[in-house]
Amino acid sequence: MAAEHKTKLSKNLLRMKFMQRGLDSETKQQLEEEEKKIISEEHWYLDLPELKEKESFIIEEQSFSLCEDLLYGRMSFRGFNPEVEKLMLQMNSKHKAEEIEDETVELDVSDEEMAKRYETLVGTIGKKFAKKRDRANYEEDENGNIKPTKAKKVFLKPQD
Amino acid sequence: MAEAVAVAVESLAGVKARAARTVLGQVVLPGEELLLPEQEDAEGPGGAGERPLRLNPGVRSRVRVVCGPGLRRCGDRLLVTKCGRLRHKEPGGGGGGVYWVDSQQKRYVPVKGDHVIGIVIAKSGDIFKVDVGGSEPASLSYLAFEGATKRNRPNVQVGDLIYGQFVVANKDMEPEMVCIDSCGRANGMGVIGQDGLLFKVTLGLIRKLLAPDCEIIQEVGKLYPLEIVFGMNGRIWVKAKTIQQTLILANILEACEHMTTDQRKQIFSRLAER
Repeated sequence: MAAEHKTKLSKNLLRMKFMQRGLDSETKQQLEEEEKKIISEEHWYLDLPELKEKESFIIEEQSFSLCEDLLYGRMSFRGFNPEVEKLMLQMNSKHKAEEIEDETVELDVSDEEMAKRYETLVGTIGKKFAKKRDRANYEEDENGNIKPTKAKKVFLKPQD
Repeated sequence: MAEAVAVAVESLAGVKARAARTVLGQVVLPGEELLLPEQEDAEGPGGAGERPLRLNPGVRSRVRVVCGPGLRRCGDRLLVTKCGRLRHKEPGGGGGGVYWVDSQQKRYVPVKGDHVIGIVIAKSGDIFKVDVGGSEPASLSYLAFEGATKRNRPNVQVGDLIYGQFVVANKDMEPEMVCIDSCGRANGMGVIGQDGLLFKVTLGLIRKLLAPDCEIIQEVGKLYPLEIVFGMNGRIWVKAKTIQQTLILANILEACEHMTTDQRKQIFSRLAER
């Protein structure tokens, strides 16, 4: 009898955080379900039949250049524009699946020039790493080139 | 719903779908449906009587097929949208290769990735408007040039010729061009130099001239020292040492579309003598 007369608390009140502790599991579940219902009712969705997109094995490609393996559109002949001629080789060789790896690597500095340059460097760099005592061995000649004057002392194999 | 559409399209086409393999090199018409090799067995011209027995008829051998210009994919089917000859390229490794329609047309429709010659028609703030011969002018950002920054603007004037590439080109949007590749290098794109002559030809001729084994270009190259730029939009720019040579070249290139090989060789030998 007493339970019936007990005033019911409003749902909104029961949903509050501090009221949750005293609730029994049944009412808790009921509340949760109601809440879910409200959320799902408010959730919008498009009233359309589901689109079933199958994976297609036909690919669309609207460019002729890929279909017909067309060449690069800039050309120059007989040295009219060397820049474009170089570009032509570069762009059109791509189409040929890089069958010819360009061996003709253009050299800015020839091998000979390079060797000469390093020849002179031997002394300069050598001086840098030489100890103070050895530095006397390096002396500048009239050209400002530095070279070792004395040969380094080397181990002489004693003769029997 | 989807079935209804399929039925409608089928009745529209009227004719029975032909196998793509059997019409290679033949003329196809817009609206026609083509069957790919793996679809032939199921519904092809062989009919029920000759159908070979298959262990697993449900499973089709699936290979990737590329449909090029003039063809359109509609669900699982391949439809023709342009009139011309059907072409096919064998695939490099695996797959079903490429099918496309070799058509004759003069109207250019921008395609993503195409290299074209455009004429700058307006400068407005950050972009240039470039006429490429399409239905509307393409936009070209001033930053889309090699070495261009916000402070260092490229020197482009109204009326200049631009060789560039499309990055955006679809039927619903304004086409957009750039003059750099994905690495930021010009690679020959940008403003085309002074002088020279620009003229228009059909789109078919451009493709004919740019084909890898084109004899015309090789013969032209032997004639004079010259520079030439082909735009996929049907524009050709030529420049030779003198105006006379430039005009001769332009006339040859224009005329060679409808010349036989013998006629062309005659003209080239006559020019070489002079």
